[in-house]
Amino acid sequence: MMNYFPDEVLEHVFDFVTSHRDRNAVSLVCKLWFRVERFSRQRVFIGNCYAISPERLVTRFPGVKALTLKGKPHFADFNLVPQDWGGYVQPWIEALARSRIGLEELRLKRMVVSDESLDVLSRSFTNFKSLVLVSCEGFTTDGLSAIAANCRFLRELDLQENEIEEKKNHWLGCFPDSCTSLVSLNFACLKEINLVALEKLVARNPNLKSLKLNRAVPLEALQRILMRAPQLVDLGTGSFVLDHDSDDSETYRKLKATILKCRSIRNLSGFLEVTPRCLPAIYPICFNLTYLNLSYAAGIHGSELIKLIRFCGKLQRLWILDYIGDKGLEVVASTCKDLQELRVFPSDFFGAGHAAVTETGLVAISTGCPKLNSLLYFCQQMTNAALIAVAKNCPNFIRFRLCILDPTKPDPVTMQPLDEGFGAIVQSSKRLRRLSLSGLLTDRVFLYIGMYAEQLEMLSIAFAGESDKGMVYVLNGCKKLRKLEIRDSPFGDMALLRDVGKYETMRSLWMSSCEVTLGACKTLAEKMPRLNVEIINENDQMEFGHEDSEKVEKMYLYRTLVGPRKDAPEFVWTLV
Amino acid sequence: MEKSIAFEKDLNLVATELRLGLPGTKESEKQTPSSIKSNKRVLPDMSEECGSKDNSNVSHVKKCDQEVAPPAKAQVVGWPPVRSYRKNCLKAKKMEVETTGMYVKVSMDGAPYLRKIDLKVYKGYPELLKALEDMFKFSVGKYSEREGYNGSEFVPTYEDKDGDWMLVGDVPWDMFISSCKRMRIMKGSEARGLGCAV
Repeated sequence: MMNYFPDEVLEHVFDFVTSHRDRNAVSLVCKLWFRVERFSRQRVFIGNCYAISPERLVTRFPGVKALTLKGKPHFADFNLVPQDWGGYVQPWIEALARSRIGLEELRLKRMVVSDESLDVLSRSFTNFKSLVLVSCEGFTTDGLSAIAANCRFLRELDLQENEIEEKKNHWLGCFPDSCTSLVSLNFACLKEINLVALEKLVARNPNLKSLKLNRAVPLEALQRILMRAPQLVDLGTGSFVLDHDSDDSETYRKLKATILKCRSIRNLSGFLEVTPRCLPAIYPICFNLTYLNLSYAAGIHGSELIKLIRFCGKLQRLWILDYIGDKGLEVVASTCKDLQELRVFPSDFFGAGHAAVTETGLVAISTGCPKLNSLLYFCQQMTNAALIAVAKNCPNFIRFRLCILDPTKPDPVTMQPLDEGFGAIVQSSKRLRRLSLSGLLTDRVFLYIGMYAEQLEMLSIAFAGESDKGMVYVLNGCKKLRKLEIRDSPFGDMALLRDVGKYETMRSLWMSSCEVTLGACKTLAEKMPRLNVEIINENDQMEFGHEDSEKVEKMYLYRTLVGPRKDAPEFVWTLV
Repeated sequence: MEKSIAFEKDLNLVATELRLGLPGTKESEKQTPSSIKSNKRVLPDMSEECGSKDNSNVSHVKKCDQEVAPPAKAQVVGWPPVRSYRKNCLKAKKMEVETTGMYVKVSMDGAPYLRKIDLKVYKGYPELLKALEDMFKFSVGKYSEREGYNGSEFVPTYEDKDGDWMLVGDVPWDMFISSCKRMRIMKGSEARGLGCAV
């Protein structure tokens, strides 16, 4: 029936299909739908930049306006992937520019971005509006100057946790006077900024809704900026410090008054440096906050932190350091009844690694906040009883990531592994999509995961399991698994080769410090030509003198339509 | 204060094994079975340096030990799984504190004049308390989270950023040195009141 409609009608219908997965499904129905869909597709998501080539993207989706690209494997965040592994955005930008694609939005995660790429980007797409860079590296503030100077309709420049080399230029001053379209600006990861240019920029961009400052912006400047931008919805403060010495009671008074006018702020972050006695200035906006990120606010702890939380009754998302302690989490539980997402980060990575939170805090949260669906919790210890209680109180987890600082720690009360606890979580949260395990774990936990975690898409395993059976349970049971990353666990060749077809249904598999041998990886690569099986061996001598029986230090495999990548460095050996 | 013999962490056990390679390589997986035998007690809110509970295996000098430990005892690569960016931010903050030196006044009840010490010089509570004991010729009692300092009429206290007088030893060392403005060694009945606080 649909074949009698003109293409425009189909296109119009497809306009209402927005999620990537749904559009992918639509394109598989028939050739006609494939054709209509591909010409009308504006937003493309590529979870692994090596799964496909820029040329194929451009050929299939000539109308693409918004592109998301991810590069390095997730474990690169934790220094498990060497420098120069790959993930370069340059070829993508070049291909898009060459094909005269009307790119408007680019979002990159864990990719290597050069100043040259940013320059080409800024010059090639006249309607370019939004650049979001998350955990990227390889560029300097010169690249930012190009973006500022050349993207005439820029709405969003969002730099999250990137490693950026800062030159002596004043990149912010490169925004021309005619730039009045900014809606979102985040430079919190930089160390310096030109304050004069910043204040002028804010003054001439009345549509600014999201502004995240860095630690070079002092309190006085914040006050002036907020005067100009009371319409802000999303604020990241920089330095929130008043010196004891100077007479800043005037500044503080003005700040308090200005903040009272900022009635739209719903998301608050920053406090990279803070004088706790200034915090009362923000109490008035706490009432309406839905997102509070104090995970970089190392200067706020104990009673000040708890006092602040007590004002935040409408919080839905809270990111915090473990300074909050179990007692503080009890306060969160009684105050933030709408809480959906909680992230508790460790404050001490060095030395003893004593986190101030335990299972007690988590149970308190689960009791007080039944809407909780997303958790990242770094803690000292965890018990099965606690996890079982949490599972019962909160059956709606989509993301559950637990990190016990001592990675093989058992339940300290019973000395048992945490299999039963995690088992309870996967059994109760039927919509669980992401899970990270830690603590002492046997193969049993994987049996539970395979049995119950039907919607699981991403699983992170470290120092867990006893035998190949564990990994096999997961590969067999989790039908929707897309990303599996394993480190320091006794899974080997039998598990790896058990179901080689499975890996084509997944985005990627990472295994490091496990029991897989070179021979098994070679076998896998031979059987599955549409997988890239990369061996990462930093101790040079790549292809020489290696026995098949040798264990592989790091293996990263991913499905791909374009074969081994040509930009692999010396220490990466792609098996064929 | 009591020292304990047993190591607290699995990583310590690994450090005593003969093995090649960095921590975090596959050899270190073998620690898994040994951790079942561990009977560590964990003391979440307490400073590890001053802890001593009934059947605790916490070594109060553990933190000092770890910082002078051989390289094999270093953290496992990539654990805890926190982005470098985040680690660097918090490390920078700690280093700020470390480079400027932190001289605080120390008074002792009954002493005619005050002293000044640089908190930065000490790695943890045991060293600090020993230095104070030497400086003022007294000895401090045994610390427990529940009862404070027992067994001496001297109790070390400090004034924090909020202006409150706190018992030395309750919070993690790093938190202490960043919030301590000055110290006072209390003596006598006033001390007993604080020392017995729950």
